[in-house]
Amino acid sequence: MSKTSAETVVENNQTGNQFPAVSDDNRVALAEQEKREQWKLLSLTFPALVVIALVILIPVGWLFYLSFIGKAGGFSLENYQKMIEYKSYARTFTTTFQVSFLTTLICILLGYPLAYFLAQLPGRWVGFFMLAVLLPFWTSLLVRTYAWLVLLQRKGIINDFAINMGLWESPIKLVHNMTGTLIGMAHIMLPFLVLPLYNAMKKIDRDMMHAASNLGASPARAFWTVYMPLSLPGMVAGSLIVFVLCLGFYVTPAVLGGGRVIMVSTQITAILENQFNWGAASALGVVLLIATLLVLFIAGRVLKLDAALFGKS
Amino acid sequence: MSWWRTPASSTQVTHGGRLWLYVLAAIIMILLIIPTFLVIPMSFSDSQYLEFPPETWSLRWYNEYFGSRKWMRATVVSLKIATATMMVATILGTMAAYALFVSGHRLAKRIFMLLITPMIVPVILIAIGTFYAFGKFGLNNTLTGLVIAHTALATPLVMIVITAALRSYDLNQERVAVSLGATRIKAFFQITLPQIKFSVVTAALLSFLTSFDEVIVAIFVSGGSTATLTKHMFSALRDYIDPTIAAISTIMVLVSTVLLLLTQAIGKK
Repeated sequence: MSKTSAETVVENNQTGNQFPAVSDDNRVALAEQEKREQWKLLSLTFPALVVIALVILIPVGWLFYLSFIGKAGGFSLENYQKMIEYKSYARTFTTTFQVSFLTTLICILLGYPLAYFLAQLPGRWVGFFMLAVLLPFWTSLLVRTYAWLVLLQRKGIINDFAINMGLWESPIKLVHNMTGTLIGMAHIMLPFLVLPLYNAMKKIDRDMMHAASNLGASPARAFWTVYMPLSLPGMVAGSLIVFVLCLGFYVTPAVLGGGRVIMVSTQITAILENQFNWGAASALGVVLLIATLLVLFIAGRVLKLDAALFGKS
Repeated sequence: MSWWRTPASSTQVTHGGRLWLYVLAAIIMILLIIPTFLVIPMSFSDSQYLEFPPETWSLRWYNEYFGSRKWMRATVVSLKIATATMMVATILGTMAAYALFVSGHRLAKRIFMLLITPMIVPVILIAIGTFYAFGKFGLNNTLTGLVIAHTALATPLVMIVITAALRSYDLNQERVAVSLGATRIKAFFQITLPQIKFSVVTAALLSFLTSFDEVIVAIFVSGGSTATLTKHMFSALRDYIDPTIAAISTIMVLVSTVLLLLTQAIGKK
């Protein structure tokens, strides 16, 4: 590639057709040059694509294949049939969706006021208060799960505190059950909701609220009819991230659920550990993946998802 | 207190009228921050049962951690893998993000979606899938295997951070450099990279933590002498509450806090 032609390509890109002197022959050559340049650029993604192939495409493809292999070794749908026949599978899926839904709901209830508070702060304070969201976000989820395990145990701080305050009389079982799982998961997922929601709120034009109040709306009315609808895309995007992450979550339900909250992810590992049955585990994984993709696909259809997730595109 | 009567927003709500919001936000922020930090004083307890506040203070669990060959080996493994992942993921992710952002090819969006699939595919599936596939490739229980897997998990984060940085950067500057005779590579390293370097550093730190904190893939893919810190922590958590983990957690919280404050500080410059 000679430098002179590269220059022309760049100039041509920027200024469009301001150079009528370029002949048709040249234009063809330039178009080809640009194409080659584009392919050269695209080749920079090759190493990353190899890694994705090794870690995602090949393994997930393999699992997909394994899910159709029966105990006898040949092609069979028995792994999927079992999922319909046995009640325990249905229970697992119900629990998974229940936990994901409740966690998302808790995150919305706690995350909306927090994001609203942060979005209303004067600029110089945002950085400081934002640490409350960013610190947990940057802290290992295993450490945070462990912290809740310690706080929520029978002789933990929460039980001690509540008994001293007279809230309840004898220690309550707060962990190794659904309560503990939901507390831990909501704590871990909250930043994933607050961050996109905060970004969406920051983009709301303050003049809108100004106009509403000038036209006589009470602060509450202005909030519910103007602000809330405008913040909705951010909230939905955040909720979606939380919901999808919850669907496949493993560590927190495994530790805080104590074997009583069986989600798809924990059942997959149980099948592998106890029965070493790759077919059954793969089939569960495939269904989990399809459920996740379905949620994303439907949401993507209803909302312009990538616009909400990645800003304007 | 006249501050209460001053308007807090363009709808003329006063700060006093907003009091409920401030209280609620404060409670939520405390709930977000405190649980993790309560582990710090508890890690200095002398008791087998983690108490708060500790009755007698001691460094018993830190001695346990630093004196244990198992924990030390796992820590070194985790640090090695995280460092390697950080370097590989930052380079691959930056390359890919830059290429896709600049090229404008019709495939660019598709490739972007493909490269961020690790954020969409449930991690448990990635974990058992890589365990199976790496078993066939002979990559299980090797540092290389886990670095490859963690790189896949960290690359999407790098790409999102870098793409966001490129969006707020004026690409014409690079075009000018090229039109003045610089090669594309030179233009990138001399013009573009210096201007997005804080985002690159943030992306690097994020990928380090992604790998260092990663649990599920490590549980499956690492093992024996390559078992990571998180793998050991997880099995110690499932069986009983080992107070040594409080000491390790304290160290991990401090590391995360320092790294976060570091990115905040360089971001302000």
